[in-house]
Amino acid sequence: MGAPVIQLQGVTRIYASGENRVHALRGIDLEIAAGEMVAVMGASGSGKSTLMHILGCLDKPTSGRYLLHGQDVTRLAPDQLAYIRNRQIGFVFQSFNLIGNMTAWENVALPLIYAGVPRREMQARALTALRQVGLEGRENHLPSQLSGGQQQRVAIARALVNDPAIILADEPTGALDTRTSVEVMAIFQRLHRERGLTVVIVTHEPDIAAYCRRLVRVRDGLIVADEVIEQPRQAEKELAAVPAGEGKG
Amino acid sequence: MNLRAALAVAWRGLLANKMRSLLTMLGIIIGVAAVIVMVSIGQGATAQVTERIARMGSNILMVRPGAGFGPVRGAAGIESLTLDDATAIAALPLVRNVAPELNQQVTAAAGSQTWSTTVKGTSASYPEIRNLETAVGSFFTPEDTERAALVAVLGPTVEANLFPDGSSAVGRTITLNNLRFTVIGVLAEQGGGMGGQDQDDMIYIPITTAQQRFTGRQNVQVINVQARDAASLNTVQEEIAALLRQRHRLSSQQEDDFNIQNMTAIMETVADTTKTMTLLLAGVAAVSLLVGGIGIMNIMLVSVTERTREIGIRMAVGATSGAILTQFLIEALVLSLAGGVIGMLAGLAGSRLVAVLAGWPAVIAPASILLAIGFSALVGIFFGYYPARKAATSNPIEALRYE
Repeated sequence: MGAPVIQLQGVTRIYASGENRVHALRGIDLEIAAGEMVAVMGASGSGKSTLMHILGCLDKPTSGRYLLHGQDVTRLAPDQLAYIRNRQIGFVFQSFNLIGNMTAWENVALPLIYAGVPRREMQARALTALRQVGLEGRENHLPSQLSGGQQQRVAIARALVNDPAIILADEPTGALDTRTSVEVMAIFQRLHRERGLTVVIVTHEPDIAAYCRRLVRVRDGLIVADEVIEQPRQAEKELAAVPAGEGKG
Repeated sequence: MNLRAALAVAWRGLLANKMRSLLTMLGIIIGVAAVIVMVSIGQGATAQVTERIARMGSNILMVRPGAGFGPVRGAAGIESLTLDDATAIAALPLVRNVAPELNQQVTAAAGSQTWSTTVKGTSASYPEIRNLETAVGSFFTPEDTERAALVAVLGPTVEANLFPDGSSAVGRTITLNNLRFTVIGVLAEQGGGMGGQDQDDMIYIPITTAQQRFTGRQNVQVINVQARDAASLNTVQEEIAALLRQRHRLSSQQEDDFNIQNMTAIMETVADTTKTMTLLLAGVAAVSLLVGGIGIMNIMLVSVTERTREIGIRMAVGATSGAILTQFLIEALVLSLAGGVIGMLAGLAGSRLVAVLAGWPAVIAPASILLAIGFSALVGIFFGYYPARKAATSNPIEALRYE
């Protein structure tokens, strides 16, 4: 494994809601190396979503340090965080979060707009990313014209399009049926294997976590277990074993 | 995010909600159209007044019998002014021309055609004072006035009605109250004149003829006086007053038995009033622009709330708050500017329509167009800023959770 991409040192996050102070994270130490594929598991309320938001630079820790590629991002201004989200992080959400009145390729190209990429190059790169997730020919469809699995693949293409170092996926299969979930996990596994992408998947489903190589368990704002998965499930092999067309794509 | 991309996004957002966009723009459309139409009406009216001042002739004083400037001024019963008064006024050094008037309703006839009109007895200098031109033939001469000749000059409306076959009236004979007159000239078309008098529907004859043949009296109704220049108007007015008081043997306790109107001053007052009215109307119209702007703010606030999730997505993929602010500001701007352009077209069409209906020149001031468009852009930015700011400062995590 390579040098650490993500280093969390004593990270806490406290929400002040009126009189109450909610301790979402109570002191997290975590290192993720380049090219790892990590599952973060925990029940709802365990703090895994907060952890995800901090990893994605959408939120800042109350205390502790977060080094991304060795750079302490807890001290950065909002616009600098936006730049990091744009260049270094690709998000995939449970509910896809595509913009409804934009076509597939326009959704994929969204990060490029904010990266200042010229329009012609934008479309070419969006089409390349769509091809990588197996959606060639659907670039002019609106999200409402695509199935759930296809929408999530558009979202993955959007996460890929600006060549980030890290993909952060928050319950990426939560809204999908079993077969489609396996298809989406196959894409993550392939990107991890072929492009050496660092993938962090937050989930509460053990079945999904089993596709990763490392499992971090979070409970009550603390890491309670950090183990290597010796024999990860192989999504592509499972898909080959089940005849195509049984599930919906 | 570059400007073109922002414009494309904004434009698409507007097209996605066509009806709503149109209704939102309506406020701006009406505001801009109203400003342009109102300013155009005001300037059209001013242009017409100015044109009438020019047509009426310059540096004119009108002397009428009777005191004061009330509803009974120049009443027919008061006969304090005479032709001799006019001659005396003409002798004043600063006076260039004098033309007395005596008007009478008559029935004119030529062959089997009859026409009810006004006959105006006046002197040979009347056309010069009133900027009238003859189209055919000539106006009568001072000699005609001296010998009370039976000659007439027709306005074009009279000619058209007495000689409907289109033949020229010059050299023909017409009868006025059974008196035979020879037509020696026809005037060029003038259009409407002061006080509703249609100068085209008029027959001009020597004032001596009018006095001897129609009224049988020595009085005149109006004496038109033209001063040498604008600077001497007030002096001339004072001199005439002194002269007439002396001629009418009025003691210092008695009021004037005549009144003198400076027509240019009156018309200038009318023009000033029209300008003030224009400003007032444009102001009222500008208020509707303001109301239109509030409509834009309202709909932009709704739009920001509706698209909270979209804002969250954009922020998650790297949009800075500045980029979000720009996007929504541009949407508001596109909305108000599109409304401004549509309103401008409607305003131009409206001004033209009003000008045709009112019969005055369609004056479109480029300044009013620029002002209306510029103001609507300003309205867009001003009322778009608050909603855009609200969008730009939203928390991406909460925005992404928003249902």
